[in-house]
Amino acid sequence: MSKIGRFGEYGGQYVPETVMNAVNELNEAYNKYKDDADFNAELQRLYREYANRPSMLYFAEKMTADLGGAKIYLKREDLNHTGAHKINNVLGQILLAKKMGKTRIIAETGAGQHGVATATAAALFGMECNVYMGRTDMERQALNVYRMNLLGATVTGVDSGTATLKDAINEAMRDWTTNIETTYYLIGSVMGPHPYPEMVRNFQKCIGEETRAQLMQREGRLPDAVIACVGGGSNAMGAFYDFIGEPSVRLIGAEAAGDGIDTPRHAATMAKGSMGIFHGMKSVFLQNEEGQIDEVYSISAGLDYPGIGPEHAYLASTGRAEYVDVTDEEAVQAFEYLSKTEGIIPAIESAHAVAAAMKLAPTMDRDKIIVICLSGRGDKDVFQVARYRGVDLSE
Amino acid sequence: MNRIDKKFADLNGEKALITFVTAGDPDLGVTKRLVLEMEKNGADLIELGVPFSDPIAEGPTIQKASLRALKGGVTLVKIFDLVRELRRETEIPLLLMMYVNTIFRFGTERFFTLCAETGVDGVIVPDLPYEEKDELADAAHRFGIRQISLVAPTSHDRIARIAGEAEGFLYCVSSTGVTGTRSEFKTNFDEFFGEIKKSVKIPYCVGFGISSPEQARKMSSYCDGVIVGSGIVKIVERFGSDSVAPVGEFTASLKNTMKQ
Repeated sequence: MSKIGRFGEYGGQYVPETVMNAVNELNEAYNKYKDDADFNAELQRLYREYANRPSMLYFAEKMTADLGGAKIYLKREDLNHTGAHKINNVLGQILLAKKMGKTRIIAETGAGQHGVATATAAALFGMECNVYMGRTDMERQALNVYRMNLLGATVTGVDSGTATLKDAINEAMRDWTTNIETTYYLIGSVMGPHPYPEMVRNFQKCIGEETRAQLMQREGRLPDAVIACVGGGSNAMGAFYDFIGEPSVRLIGAEAAGDGIDTPRHAATMAKGSMGIFHGMKSVFLQNEEGQIDEVYSISAGLDYPGIGPEHAYLASTGRAEYVDVTDEEAVQAFEYLSKTEGIIPAIESAHAVAAAMKLAPTMDRDKIIVICLSGRGDKDVFQVARYRGVDLSE
Repeated sequence: MNRIDKKFADLNGEKALITFVTAGDPDLGVTKRLVLEMEKNGADLIELGVPFSDPIAEGPTIQKASLRALKGGVTLVKIFDLVRELRRETEIPLLLMMYVNTIFRFGTERFFTLCAETGVDGVIVPDLPYEEKDELADAAHRFGIRQISLVAPTSHDRIARIAGEAEGFLYCVSSTGVTGTRSEFKTNFDEFFGEIKKSVKIPYCVGFGISSPEQARKMSSYCDGVIVGSGIVKIVERFGSDSVAPVGEFTASLKNTMKQ
């Protein structure tokens, strides 16, 4: 086993030879710029003036009182420009793509949040942008498809497989292999070949760093638990990373259990997956005995992925992070609960983290603190949740 | 002696024709007949594609073939059974083209044990680059199975390292992109093969996008042989269980044109 880009035995660079030089070039460019003062000054300026960072840490007082246990804080990534944490990573990578002289950006998207963030940044930087999206996801996230078009991006529908996130990644990888000289593949999560998992985590780790500083200022101490939803796992890695060295802080990832982990319709990788090698990385995947990747399901297009980033697989293997599963029904209830209780409509993805916190908070003392990473806002999910509840909103 | 090495020694400079079919498309019985028919019509080595749910290096033709095979219930164990059967009738070098997860999940040790037992001579794993080849190298060597290395037009300074350690034959990817037919190539072949020639000590063959006898003839002038996949799989897609004769004819026309 190579030592390149490993988290324990997870990670690596399992991609075709055609893209290896591009992966190496990216790694070199990333290592050159990650500690570069000018690069970071420009990124910080974009974070502040364009993306609206730092995001606020909000004390959910009514929710806390209602659940009657630990104090609940929400890290408001939903208030970022484009409505989710995805912009943090996109701004970092597009700045890098520009430094590398690339002129064309491709990306995959599930819920459309990463696609929208990428299309936004491509518009800002004047680059051509092509977003791959599963046909099923295009239907359930039609609003985001329109937003991407509005921003000047081309959205290419993918019909293979389950026509969801996994298939969009397959197609983006095929495009990358074909147009390698001009094209930068802007991966949206902490997955893929090295250096992506590490690089995307580093562009997202501001979530946890800000959380620490903001909570320290308010409460004078660390949280007892940080909870985030996990598909590929980028908002969770961003929220967790700064706390990994603080053993008193529980790190909890909420996975999508769809209809339930004992049914065939779920996307709970850590609950039901096994080690494998796919999409450029050794990690944990939902797969059958033959190593064929499972078709997965969740009401949330952003969590509908049969794998997980390698650093999460590693944190799970060492016991540092825990992973819990949340069903569609629990997520929808949390979606409605947060809307009514705090006046905040969360993304259906983030609602999985809210649901996990709703189960945990009442079991903890009132002097304990939970931080939920509210990774995105839920406007995009209103149609989907209405449909789930049997309400027809179409005109 | 490994059958791949022996074959290239026997060819003694004659250009090799390497053909590809997806195992189990449309079923394993037809695959067996296709292998024997291709051999009869001039194929020198044969690649069997092991179907994978998410073949990221393949274009639409082989993607669809993989899906057809998977829907038909093909498994790796059944493909090993096919190889065992084929070995009663032929000594042609057989290689499995497959994705690394299939081997990893099956168990690397168990995989190469069965390769050796049934008569597989080599494996081609497109998502296992030079940096990660140790994932399989130790077991492959112990069982005498050739792990085929790939180089691409984007490999540049990597070529010397990869070619220097390659075994069996070096698989030269004709152009960027996935498998599938191409009407023209943008690669500067004089430059690409010039670089390869400097460091390679074993036969080197070119594949990806070669689908007509004329392309095969032209491309074989640069190297020791050509690999034809999607062009054959398209015939299988069109004729299904009646594809044996037309695939044989196509193989013969490839080989005959390459000899001109």
